[in-house]
Amino acid sequence: MATINKPVDVVIVGFGWTGAIMAIELAKTGLNVLALERGGDAATVPNWAYPKVVDEIAQSARNGLLQNLSKSTVTIRHSKNDRALPYRQIGSFKPGTGVGGAGIHWSGVHSRVMPQELRLKSHITERYGKHFIPGDMTLQDWGISFEELEPHFDRFEAVCGTSGKAGNIQGRMLEGGNPFEAPRSHEFPLPPLTDPPTSALFAKATRELGYHPYPLPAANASRPYTNPYGCQLGPCNFCGFCSDYGCINYSKATPQTTILPALYRLPNFALRTNAHVLKVNTDSTGKVATGVTYVDAEGREVEQPASMVILAAFHLHNVRLMLSSGIGKPYNPDTGEGTVGRNFCYQLIDSVNLFFDQSVYINQFMGAGGVGQAIEDFYGDNFDHGPLGFIGGGVIWGRQTGNGPVRGIPLPKGSPTWGSGWKAAVKENFLHTGRIEAQLSNMAYRGCFLDLDPTYRDAYGTPLLRMTLNWQDNDPRMSEFFGERLSQIGNAMGAKSISGRVLKRGDNWDTRPYQSTHINGGTAMGADPKTSVVNKYLQSWDVSNLFVQGANVFTHGIGYNPTGLIGALAYWSAANIRSTYLKNPGPMVHA
Amino acid sequence: MATDDGKTSRRDFLTSSIALAPLAALVPASAVVQSAEADDPNRSAPAPEHPTQPDYRPAFFTPDEWAFINAACARLIPADEHGPSAVELGVPQYIDRQMGTPWADGAIWYMQGPFFESTPEFGYQSQLTPKQQYRLGIKAIDELCRQHQNNPFAALAAAQQDSVLQQIQKGSLTSAELSLTTFFSDFLLKNVMEGYFGDPMYGGNKDMAAWKMIRYPGVRADYLEWVGEAKPYPYGPVSIYGKRG
Repeated sequence: MATINKPVDVVIVGFGWTGAIMAIELAKTGLNVLALERGGDAATVPNWAYPKVVDEIAQSARNGLLQNLSKSTVTIRHSKNDRALPYRQIGSFKPGTGVGGAGIHWSGVHSRVMPQELRLKSHITERYGKHFIPGDMTLQDWGISFEELEPHFDRFEAVCGTSGKAGNIQGRMLEGGNPFEAPRSHEFPLPPLTDPPTSALFAKATRELGYHPYPLPAANASRPYTNPYGCQLGPCNFCGFCSDYGCINYSKATPQTTILPALYRLPNFALRTNAHVLKVNTDSTGKVATGVTYVDAEGREVEQPASMVILAAFHLHNVRLMLSSGIGKPYNPDTGEGTVGRNFCYQLIDSVNLFFDQSVYINQFMGAGGVGQAIEDFYGDNFDHGPLGFIGGGVIWGRQTGNGPVRGIPLPKGSPTWGSGWKAAVKENFLHTGRIEAQLSNMAYRGCFLDLDPTYRDAYGTPLLRMTLNWQDNDPRMSEFFGERLSQIGNAMGAKSISGRVLKRGDNWDTRPYQSTHINGGTAMGADPKTSVVNKYLQSWDVSNLFVQGANVFTHGIGYNPTGLIGALAYWSAANIRSTYLKNPGPMVHA
Repeated sequence: MATDDGKTSRRDFLTSSIALAPLAALVPASAVVQSAEADDPNRSAPAPEHPTQPDYRPAFFTPDEWAFINAACARLIPADEHGPSAVELGVPQYIDRQMGTPWADGAIWYMQGPFFESTPEFGYQSQLTPKQQYRLGIKAIDELCRQHQNNPFAALAAAQQDSVLQQIQKGSLTSAELSLTTFFSDFLLKNVMEGYFGDPMYGGNKDMAAWKMIRYPGVRADYLEWVGEAKPYPYGPVSIYGKRG
C-alpha cells in the first residue's frame, strides 16, 4: 500500500523550465508548492564546474546530461499499420533529466512566435482559401493571441537576460533588428553577442542577396546581468561547450542561473528529487485531480495529495501522464475523435556544411549555442505560398554553436571516413568549416499521433509512449525550397563546397542522426474541447485543477525554437491562475 | 515571501476547492536540496586521469582480440605524413578501458525486448551490448579472414586488412552472427575516433597529439577576445587535467 504524504496546495510534476516558472510564480502567492523531479539534483557547481563538464566523451559521446533511456524511452513507427520499435539510443532528439531538465543542455536560441502562427488555419484560409489546406492536415488555431502573450514573452526574456536587437518596438521599426518581428513592448535586456565568423559571413551574404539578416535572440548573456528575481548571469565567453553541456560561466539561461536561487529562499517551496510520477489521481467523478502517485528513490510508491496539479515535465512525459492517468479522451486516428495524442508534430532541420578555402578561418571550436545571424524572409507566411504548394516556412541561420572533434568533424561529400585520406581531410577542413541551417515548421496530420505502446514498458512497468510520425508531402516540398536557399546563401558566403542533409521526397523520418529536440503537440491548446486538451490558460478541459505546460500544448510545430514560447505560455498560465483561478477555482473557460 | 494579497487568495483557494486536511509546513527547500551528495567536493572533479601507458595490459580483450584491435587501429588511423597513428596515441587502451564503463553493458540504452529487425531509420535494434559486439564482431572477422586468407586479421598485410575493412563497411563481407557493418561503423570506427580525439585522461590522444594535428585547442574554453576575428588562434591545446601541448 502506498505511503500517503501530507497534502500540499500545488504539486508540480517535473522541474525544468516550466516547473521552475510555475513554482516561483505560485509560491510567491504563499501557496505551499512541492516540485517532484524524477532525476537528481543539479547546480552549476558542482555539476557543470570547469573542467569537469567540458568533457566531450562524457557529455556528447555518452549523453551525460540526457535522459537515461534504460529507465524510460518511447517507441516509434512511421505509420499506424507499422510495428513500433523502441528508441533505444539517443539520436534524433535529446530529452534531458534532473533538476533544470532540458533547460540545462539547450543552446539558448530564444525566439517568440509569429502572430499569424497562433491563428494559422484562419490565416491560411483567409489568404489562400480553405482548399489550400490538404485534407489530412489538421491545422487549427491556438485559441490565444500574440497580444495576450506579449507581456509574458517580455517577462521571460527579462528573466533569461536574452541578448538581441529589437526590430519593432510598439510598431516603430528599428535598424539592425528583424524587420519581420511582431511588435515588442521593450528592447532586449542585453545587446547582441559578438558575431563569430560563420555569422558575420552569413549576415554579409544575405544582405547582399537582398534578405534581412538580424542577430538571433540568444539566452546566452552578452554582458553581466541581474534579472528581476535578483539572479545574476556572467557574460558568455564562447567556450564552445553549449548544446549538450551545462554552462561553466553562469551565462546560459537555465532554471539554475535565473530562477532557482530565488525560489529556494521561499520557505513554502519544497523539492523532491528521484521522484518519478506514475499518474495523476482523480476523484470518483474523474473531474477533480486529488494529487499524484510517484515512485521514490527506494522504489516505494508514494501518494502525494494536492489541491492543484501542474504537469511540467518534458513533452513526452506530460503526454504519457495524461494517457496513463486516463484524463481526457485518447485520440483515435480512424475516427478523428478524441484529443489526447492528437496534433503530434516535430520540426524539420535542413543542415548544410560549408567548406572554405584554407585562408578563411571559421574556428568552429569557438561559439555559443544561441549566437548567430538569421533571416525570416521565408518564415511563416512572410512569402507568397500560392505558387509553391506547401504551408509553413522557417528561420534560416548561420549559427556557430561550438564544436569539438569528438562531436564529429564534418567533411566534404565523398571524403574517406578513415585511413590517410580521412586524416588529410580532417586536417585540411577542421578550422575552415561552417554550417548554415533552415529550421522549418511541421504541420499536424490526422495520421501523426501519440498513444501508449501495447508491448514495451519502462523500468516502472508503465507502457511507453508510442510515436506515430513520418514526413508528409508538405515537408519535402518545403525542404526543397529551403535547400535551394541554403545553396544560394552558402555560395554567396564563398564556400568552395557545400554538403549536408536536406530532406528529399521519399525520405522517411530517420531517428538516428540528431535533428531537433523540438517535439510538440499531443495535448493541444485551443478554444474547442473537441480538438484541444487544454484551454488557453493551459487548464485541462476535463479536470479543472490540472494544468499542462510544455510544447505538448502546441497545435503544430513552429519554425522557431520553442523555449521562448513555452516559457511565455507558462508565465501567462501562472499569471491567470494567480489573478483568476485562485480566487474562484474551477473551469476558466466554459466550453 | 507571501504577500497579503497572496495569503487571501490562498485561503479562498483552499476553502473553495476540494476538502483537504490542514496543511502542515513543508520542509524548506534548502533542507531538501542540500543533500550529502551535493556537499561532496569530488562531484566537481573530472573522471580519473588514465593517460596512455607504455606497458598497458588489456583488462577486457583476450590476446587474440587485442591483436585485432591494435591491427584495426593501425589501419583506421595509420601513421603517415599527416600525423600520428591511433596505436601511437593509445586508442586501443582507450577502447579497452571503455569496456569497463556502464556504457559497455548497454546501461544507458533501452535494452528490453522483444527485439526485431528493422529498416535502418529506427536505429540500433540489436540486443548485443558493446562488449558483446566486440567479442562477436572480432571473432566473426577473424574467422572470415581465416577462411579466405588462412590467417586472422592481425596477421594479414596492410593492403589486405584495408580491403577487409572496406568490404565490411560496404556490407559485402557479412556474418550470420551479427551485422558487421553495424559493428564496424557504430562501434569500432566510432570508438577509434573517440579515443583519438578525446581527452588524454581516457587513455588515447597521447600528449594531445591529435588535437595538435588539427589545431584544436582542447578545453581552453575561453574565446571572448578571439571569437570576432576570423584568424588563426595562437595558442596550443590544454587538457582537462591542465596539461599544455
